[in-house]
Amino acid sequence: MSTLVPFDYGEPRVMQTGRGRRSSPMGWRWRDRLALVAAWTAGLSLCLIAAAIVGYFAVRGVQYLRPSLVFSRPQVSANQAGSGGFLDPLLGTLLLTAIGILLAVPLAVTTAVWVSEYGRPTWLSRVIESCIEIVAGTPDIVIALFGLVVFQLSFMGPFSVTAEGGGVYGRSFIAAGSMMSLIALPPIFAATRDGLQAVPNHMREAAFALGKTRITTIRRVLLPSVRSNMATGVTLGISRIIGDTAIVVLLLAETTRIEPQNSVPILGLLRGTGSTLTSFVYNNSPAGEGAAPQKAYAAAVVLLLFVLGLNLLVERIGRHQQRATGLSAAAGVV
Amino acid sequence: MLARLRKPWPDTRAERLLGAVSCLLGVLVVGMIVFVAVHGWPSFEHNGLSWFGSGESPESSFQAMQAAGPNPPASAYHLRAWPLLYGTLLTTVIAVAFAYAVSLFASIFIVELAPERLRRITIPVIRLLASVPSVLYGLIGVLVLVPFVGNHLVTAAQKESVASTIELTGAGLLVTVVILTLMIAPIMIALTCEALAAVPSSWREGAIALGLNPLRAIMAVTVRAARPAIVAAAVLATARGLGEAIMISMVSGGKAFAPNLEHGLLVFLYSPLRTFASTIVDFHEGISAPALESSLYAFALLLLLGGFVLSVCGYLIKLPLRKYQVRG
Repeated sequence: MSTLVPFDYGEPRVMQTGRGRRSSPMGWRWRDRLALVAAWTAGLSLCLIAAAIVGYFAVRGVQYLRPSLVFSRPQVSANQAGSGGFLDPLLGTLLLTAIGILLAVPLAVTTAVWVSEYGRPTWLSRVIESCIEIVAGTPDIVIALFGLVVFQLSFMGPFSVTAEGGGVYGRSFIAAGSMMSLIALPPIFAATRDGLQAVPNHMREAAFALGKTRITTIRRVLLPSVRSNMATGVTLGISRIIGDTAIVVLLLAETTRIEPQNSVPILGLLRGTGSTLTSFVYNNSPAGEGAAPQKAYAAAVVLLLFVLGLNLLVERIGRHQQRATGLSAAAGVV
Repeated sequence: MLARLRKPWPDTRAERLLGAVSCLLGVLVVGMIVFVAVHGWPSFEHNGLSWFGSGESPESSFQAMQAAGPNPPASAYHLRAWPLLYGTLLTTVIAVAFAYAVSLFASIFIVELAPERLRRITIPVIRLLASVPSVLYGLIGVLVLVPFVGNHLVTAAQKESVASTIELTGAGLLVTVVILTLMIAPIMIALTCEALAAVPSSWREGAIALGLNPLRAIMAVTVRAARPAIVAAAVLATARGLGEAIMISMVSGGKAFAPNLEHGLLVFLYSPLRTFASTIVDFHEGISAPALESSLYAFALLLLLGGFVLSVCGYLIKLPLRKYQVRG
């Protein structure tokens, strides 16, 4: 269950059999030749599919993405020309990401530190780790439903949109953001924990020998040395939050525009509703009500640009890491 | 106050504080399961085991639930969820089967065969495929694949043959499975690559020295040794497939119809369906009606339990690897 593997899988191992007669596929049995062809086909076709997806969205972006769309607010309008752009969804995505990460990082890092540095009693730390595995394996739609239950409790009223008669809708930036933090938590936890476990023990021993307590060692020695692991985890968490639709559709996207609940500057905004790029794409696709494919494409291109950027970032951070994050962290597996 | 925080903490207090935060997380997760279970239970309670059976179509049940209002009688909970269960299992099983083959060969390619330069492209590509949001996959599906299937593959005769029960628009099993395969394959590739890379290369070299050709050595030694981890990867990916909601809600055609092989293979492939997760997305607007709410939470509970069982299975499958001391 480890997320960090040596990025470098070593030299390609098979086709060079050293000196002497090189094994030629022509002389193999047909079964093996078939498997060889299948392996190359699978690898290359996945690359082609990815290229096709990116290329397709690039073309659509050139067709439909205009700066005016990005910088204008959505309007309620009968025809597509008047319905404005997606400034609000874009800001909604950023706001939601900020809330989710701000809530997830302290929780995930604290838990990772406790599990890998203290972890007593052992059974409890096993239970906690399993809990995080459960969160990692829970579909986002289930987490969204859980959020709906929690934020519809009447004492949670202050955190979300409330109706006139005191009914609690359970939809707000806080509601969606706190559930988003659950989505972002597993990758941050896993990256931090694996980073801590990879720190050689002599660093801890040296710190203890200098008279530092455990917690000081953690704060001054261990956490700084796993900073890049944490950065990878946070980046993965961000890309999961940005890409999530189900939570936004259930817990936030009552309105396309960002509608603060009241005029209190920040709290009103956090209690208000809005939308994100993902819900904007969903609602404007033929599956939603809007049926404005051009707008959906334009927003999708922006979304894909975010995802590509985050991927590059993971790559960059990973390069400076001693044990670079392998593939499975990207897949979001604890 | 801040000065006190800045001073080094006593170690015991720090340990307790960190432990408390961790336990809070545990309580949250347990709370999640309990909340979902409590809200979903009435649906099971009123239907008993016939909840899983077939009968009245789920859509009309949902409408009745919404019509029943805030204080539904016990009869309003009536639900026969077989088409949804069938749709969920069908899409997931087919997609995982395809993804298993694709990811096995792709991982062999990445770990063993690809030249260094090609591998440096392939790994980021897999990572990208894993991180493309599901709504983008859904968008491609609904705007590109569905019209293509609907306009070019589905024939008029096929539409005619099932016109009395369903409408073949192109959205359905085929498109869903294709995209779902593409979505879960990267996860399986990631885990399979780790498993293959963890098998000591000396084992395979030994096999080659004994006269096997390189590919046979990979299949017979490396893949064989890593097989539990590969199966566990498939199991984990199954959990992912079960919970995919948005994409399936966009491309599956949105009709709780159990695709039936009796209509012929092609019609079977084009039939619309619903899964548990996509039903939750499609009907969440009506969640203020308690009967409907309870049904949706019942679906969520099944997804939660399914994911839990699958992750336990994945753990058990990987147990035998320990004796080889192969990291999985």
